[in-house]
Amino acid sequence: MQRFLPIVLIALMLALVAVVRPVAAQDLAATLSGLTDADPKPAIAALNQSGDDKAKAALAALAAGNLYIRISDNAVVIGEKDGEMVVVTNAATGDVEDMLKPEELQAIAVPDDAKSLLGVAAADTQSGPVDFNTAIEGLKADSFADKAKAIAALTALGDARAVPAFQALAAGRLFTRKSDSALVIGAASGNDVALTNAATGEPLGIVAPGEIDPLFVNNNLRNVLREAVGRLGLGSSDPAVRRSAAAALLENPAPEAVALLREAHDKEQNAGVKSVMALSLAATELSDPDKSKRILAIQTLSGAAELRVRSLLQARLSLETDTEVKAALVKAFDRMQTKITLYSYAENFVQGISLGSVLLLAAVGLAITFGVMGVINMAHGEMIMLGAYSAYVTQEIFRALLPPGWIGAYLLAALPVAFLVAAIVGVAIERGIIRFLYGRPLETMLATWGVSLCLQQAVRSIFGATNKEVANPGWMTGAIEVAGGLAVTWNRVYIIIFCFAVLGLIALILKRTSFGLHMRAVTQNRQMAAVMGIPTARVDAMTFALGSGIAGMAGVALSQIGNVSPNLGTIYIVDSFLVVVFGGVGSLMGTLVGALTLGVVNKILEPVAGAVLGKVVVLVCIILFIQKRPRGLFAAKGRSADA
Amino acid sequence: MLDQLQTLARPKPLLDRRGWAVFLAIGFVLIVVVPLLNLLPGRGSMMQVPDYLIPLLGKYACYAILALALDLVWGYAGILSLGHGAFFALGGYAMGMYLMRQIGTRGVYGNPVLPDFMVFLNWKELPWYWMGFDSFPFAMLMVLLAPGLLALVLGWFAFRSRVTGVYISIVTQAMTFALLLAFFRNDMGFGGNNGLTDFKDILGFPIQAPSTRIGLYVVSVIVLGLCFLLCRFVVQSKLGRVLLAVRDAESRVRFLGYSPTAAKLFAFVLSALLAGIAGALYVPQVGIINPSEFSPANSIEIAIWVAVGGRGTLYGAILGGVVINLVKTWLTGAAPELWLFVLGGLFIASTLLFPKGIVGLLGQWRGWRAAKQAYALNEKVPLKEKAAE
Repeated sequence: MQRFLPIVLIALMLALVAVVRPVAAQDLAATLSGLTDADPKPAIAALNQSGDDKAKAALAALAAGNLYIRISDNAVVIGEKDGEMVVVTNAATGDVEDMLKPEELQAIAVPDDAKSLLGVAAADTQSGPVDFNTAIEGLKADSFADKAKAIAALTALGDARAVPAFQALAAGRLFTRKSDSALVIGAASGNDVALTNAATGEPLGIVAPGEIDPLFVNNNLRNVLREAVGRLGLGSSDPAVRRSAAAALLENPAPEAVALLREAHDKEQNAGVKSVMALSLAATELSDPDKSKRILAIQTLSGAAELRVRSLLQARLSLETDTEVKAALVKAFDRMQTKITLYSYAENFVQGISLGSVLLLAAVGLAITFGVMGVINMAHGEMIMLGAYSAYVTQEIFRALLPPGWIGAYLLAALPVAFLVAAIVGVAIERGIIRFLYGRPLETMLATWGVSLCLQQAVRSIFGATNKEVANPGWMTGAIEVAGGLAVTWNRVYIIIFCFAVLGLIALILKRTSFGLHMRAVTQNRQMAAVMGIPTARVDAMTFALGSGIAGMAGVALSQIGNVSPNLGTIYIVDSFLVVVFGGVGSLMGTLVGALTLGVVNKILEPVAGAVLGKVVVLVCIILFIQKRPRGLFAAKGRSADA
Repeated sequence: MLDQLQTLARPKPLLDRRGWAVFLAIGFVLIVVVPLLNLLPGRGSMMQVPDYLIPLLGKYACYAILALALDLVWGYAGILSLGHGAFFALGGYAMGMYLMRQIGTRGVYGNPVLPDFMVFLNWKELPWYWMGFDSFPFAMLMVLLAPGLLALVLGWFAFRSRVTGVYISIVTQAMTFALLLAFFRNDMGFGGNNGLTDFKDILGFPIQAPSTRIGLYVVSVIVLGLCFLLCRFVVQSKLGRVLLAVRDAESRVRFLGYSPTAAKLFAFVLSALLAGIAGALYVPQVGIINPSEFSPANSIEIAIWVAVGGRGTLYGAILGGVVINLVKTWLTGAAPELWLFVLGGLFIASTLLFPKGIVGLLGQWRGWRAAKQAYALNEKVPLKEKAAE
């Protein structure tokens, strides 16, 4: 008997459930139907008291306006919008029954006086989404399933305001604030986090990372989020959001989004966004049963030179059975292939130019000091590093002292600051050390290397060894699209422009000012210049200040494309030397050509040989080149050449 | 005048009587006294040289050989190579490859032929350039050949086209930087980032055993002594004087009918060989060789050993190599953040304040005192007489 007791008990329980459940459900159904009475208050009160989960769910649905009467059988159901259809759940049993069109349902309206009752109930039952502000709170849920529900609810609302929160959640930047558990979006700001309200987008100030808790997502949710962003974003007022939404749909074309996409496409005014939408639309039509439509879609897609479009076509190619469509596919594929190769070359070239201009900024100061004074300044890289740290400090000062709106302007202020800081340190080095070592280039090299070690360690002691982040101001973020699929980030563009502006300025100083004249005279023949009354010592100091200051400005530029760390300078110093040696000492033109050549060659070799091997090849080539032209590409000619 | 020329032409002795005495005395202390003091007194006794000190001293001996090598090219031929770390590391890698092959089946994966990292990279057979490294004589040959050939090729290209001064410094620096990048790659087959380590034994002796360590230390010191004598022999010979002349006035040497290219190339290659030997002795004592040895900063640091010790004296370089590394060992343990300030300060001070290094300090001080005396004498001379002059 003992052995059978558990089995008997379980059987008894099952029987009880089987009997009681329908009874409870019947009761619930009766109570629920009371909600449709002229005065639903007794029914609401009864449901409130029942403590049944399903009753709570029904009340929550009622509060959210999701409780309906099914017209066909007058049953009380909970409806959830899913696209154009409504998923219907029987409120009494909790079972999902079917999908209906909205017109087959009749919403249950609640008189105003009953709403207060409902409010209590809603608070009790953790109300389902009523409006955007409550719906977005659902993202705070712990379980992934609950988060998915909240995302679905928000998507159903169709409110584009959820897009930033979704994107932040997918990127792991959505947090709850510990103090009031408000939902916030965080953006790194130095070592702290700048918060914005996830629902309204208003800035909430900067806090330490310890004051917020991150919300986690898994890959599944990320996909859900991406699709949700795609759907919601299409209705956004911001063209950039609409564009990224359309692009998101291109990657995973959801058939149910087609109508939405087509609608958005027809309404779209912005040509760029419209073309992306057309692409996404074509991508969804790739699997259209109609052959002509497929071919049309292929033709549209073939105009885009993007890897993901290519992989879409590739996927279709393996599925396609129709020969005509297959031929079109192959043709489009070939066309796209050549275009993509062409673009990748162009992209490498642009990247090379941008790398080259960074090198140019780093090397031009070196070329000037080397040219005028014959001095190899190993601490030149540290001038770059000091400039980058000046940018960091300026940013922190702006952040601390000025209203948030001013932060974008810090970069403009950082340029003169960095120039001054680096120039002052440069003059100190020249007056304190280098001037005693003229005519002993090897010793100068070692002494300035010592200076560079000291500067690095000093910065490490003051700011710590970790990387510091210098944020791009708003006007430098984003990218400019040159042609379909070929984009250049704005910070690169600005750096190229800035670099050429600096180069122009130096050329102007050299050719048009008396200081420049003196500098050139000293470069050509120091003794003769001194005899002619040029204060060579002062010219030296000024030259060093100029060269170091430019390095400081290069540091500001570098802070915009990478992190700022104490050994930032050493990364660029070897390359800068190579530029100078390659281009020819003391020649602006040589530095320009040398830097751009090195940058482009580096970037073109990179995909072929790999980043490291590419660099090795460049180094070896330069070593060989120096054999052929020991004085560089643009060697000084005439008597001064052998000075 | 003719007398002077004849004295110049006569070959100079290797060391004078006092020099030999000092040389042998130091050698005796390092080779006999130190090991005995390690072995004989009881553990923990006041007199005992602690065990950890033995490989440390052996390491310093290797650094000293390296400094000696750089002094030969910089102090005598005027070539400031900032890539000597590369020759050192190449020698070290050759030795490391031999030690790797000695591990045999005792590696983590137990492969009798392939070193662990190759098994890890899924390589099926030994690359051709690893062939033969299981034989000690072949490995020793490579210790000399690898750095020697690199120096020969680089030097031949550089000196032939008269690359001098800071340019040669930059070229050598770029060379070591290129090798640094190359050796970081796993595909190179030299262990990538981690380099070669986990050595078990050398010539059948377990590498961690105290007796092996003493042996390695003694060998390092003996090799240091031999290298010193070899360098000394070179600089005292006629070739040594040509080298000095090249350092001071290269064009003039050329016009006098000597070939500076050949002289420089000889010094450069010899120096690279010494650096390679230093590396080969260094690796079994520290138990690892990785690409960071190629870093340009390491090579520049060698220059400061030589500069602080005293350039163009050979023994100054040895002194500098040992002293600076002693300070480094002590300071990086006691106050690591101070070390770079000290090193940087040494770079500046040794070039600005004592360009002749430690060994030149005495002479510098004497000169300074003489100058002061002369000045004081001058002060005592009445103004009228001065005017009369």
